[in-house]
Amino acid sequence: MPAPAERRIIFKHIDEEGYSNDLACYQKHGGYQVLQKALTARPEDIREDVKKSGLRGRGGAGFSCGLKWSFVDRKSGKPIYLVVNADESEPGTFKDRYIIHQDPHQLIEGTMISCFANDVKQAYIYIRGEFPEGARILERAIQEARDAGFVGRNICGTDYSCDIFVHRGAGAYICGEETGLIESLEGKRANPRIKPPYFPAVLGLYQCPTIVNNVETLCHVKHILDMGPDEYLKIGTPNNTGTRIFCVSGHVKKPGYYEYACGEITMGQLLYDVCGGPREGREFKAVIPGGSSAKILRFGETFTLKNQDGSERVLKVEDIPLDFDTLAACGTMGGSGGVIVMDDSVNMVEALANINAFYAHESCGQCTPCREGSLWMKKISSRMVHGEAREEDGELIKSVADQIAGRTICAFGEACSWPTQSFVLKFGDEFKAYNEDKKTKSADRLELV
Amino acid sequence: MNLKPETLARIDEVITHYPEKRSGTLPLLHLIQEDVGYISDAAVEWIAEKLELEPINVYEVVTFYPMFRRKPIGRRHIKVCRTLSCALAGGYKTCAKFESEFNTHRGEVSPDGEVTVEFVECLASCGTAPVVLIDETLHENVDEAKAKAISDQIKAEAANRG
Repeated sequence: MPAPAERRIIFKHIDEEGYSNDLACYQKHGGYQVLQKALTARPEDIREDVKKSGLRGRGGAGFSCGLKWSFVDRKSGKPIYLVVNADESEPGTFKDRYIIHQDPHQLIEGTMISCFANDVKQAYIYIRGEFPEGARILERAIQEARDAGFVGRNICGTDYSCDIFVHRGAGAYICGEETGLIESLEGKRANPRIKPPYFPAVLGLYQCPTIVNNVETLCHVKHILDMGPDEYLKIGTPNNTGTRIFCVSGHVKKPGYYEYACGEITMGQLLYDVCGGPREGREFKAVIPGGSSAKILRFGETFTLKNQDGSERVLKVEDIPLDFDTLAACGTMGGSGGVIVMDDSVNMVEALANINAFYAHESCGQCTPCREGSLWMKKISSRMVHGEAREEDGELIKSVADQIAGRTICAFGEACSWPTQSFVLKFGDEFKAYNEDKKTKSADRLELV
Repeated sequence: MNLKPETLARIDEVITHYPEKRSGTLPLLHLIQEDVGYISDAAVEWIAEKLELEPINVYEVVTFYPMFRRKPIGRRHIKVCRTLSCALAGGYKTCAKFESEFNTHRGEVSPDGEVTVEFVECLASCGTAPVVLIDETLHENVDEAKAKAISDQIKAEAANRG
């Protein structure tokens, strides 16, 4: 079956000829009308609409946005903050970059609606340090919106006031973790906080109730209010509503970003029909479906899943519908939507060594299993590539990974151990044979680490 | 500290964004690094005083975040993405090309003082890999040929400057 048509909601104007990132262009396309409408509604009704829409966070964990908002302590008497997580850093993910660069007002409108819905008076956009141009674009866009009365005092002539400031990170991946991000915004090292008690909804920024939402998630809020939650629910599949942006990179003919109704496209359709299949003379070998921490899938493996009526179905990698729940049932995750494809030119020991170098570099160093473990995993996999590789190294490195996950303050422990666990599980043969393989390795094989 | 008047003005403005001064740490570090080029001991102490902190509070931030540096770098900062999608597209070759073009090693200032070449982790532009961030400009699909062309451009600009 050929791939369905793209359904562009968030990326509707991305790469559209003549569409610019200034306020005039945004308003010409109906910009800020949803905010004006939202300001006439009751905040609790907006929250109810978002809950009803089934919106799940697009940053990685896929947690219900409405539920997250419902946890906010509204009785503490303290100010409530909203922080936009624009620290897009999960390798393989590059969707927020285009929203920020090409359609910043969409994010600002979604943010202001979400602020109004949650009685927020001050919002921050935490943007990664490597997006200097994005930060400038956002600052200019916020100023435009402020001048036009969509941000700041007495928004759209109402008695509601809320400002937004841009806060730049400085190259630390861990700031994408929401409590690490909050620490960083407070001017400290981004060491994630322990939960309980530091649930952001209760004790977040400056120990006040805080909502941290991904860029794309906040853009969805605008569209949910625009079309109404009932219409939004019709997009995608039950419990996996709305669209997803897939960022495809690696070994396909046409890498890029593609937006589809959640669960309506399969991995095979995405990689073959949309992305043009593997490079000439190559075959797909493996794919990481949701950012580099998601567990890898090996082409050729199958998954036996239970249907609702109790019967079973068997899926190949190509058959997996790209939603949150099916990918989870296949032992991996939709994560941030970053799809990294590897063909048969890639040696999996070398690919893992590349990933392990990333996580060792990015561990905040707070919890011993992660600080030491991520480094050991890097050292072992790197030694396999550059030095001596032993048959048992795969099992050794996996035993390190097995002792990290579940033993750390934040989910980085899982993020750094899942690649090793899944690579060794699914490509154990390559780890065992690596030393032999290396002897016959051609000199022009691509360096990955 | 000898900061430009506009840097000082921006520093005073940015502190007002936050209910607690300490939140100004990262913004001030960025502003001072943009002005002076790196974060000296004097800068750490200056920021601490400005934000009513101890120098250690600033120092621990400087050493945590990869983008802050304690030493001057070359005139241009070439950051080559090292992470998986870029590596799968030849990012290591791209980095090596820049190093050989400027006769330098990763993390060092080139002998002519013109560039510092570095590997950095994911720049979030994996669909146009390999990518390179030069100062504040992102360059996409930078294979060896494009790395050579960019290097030639930088060298030509340096020659024109005399």
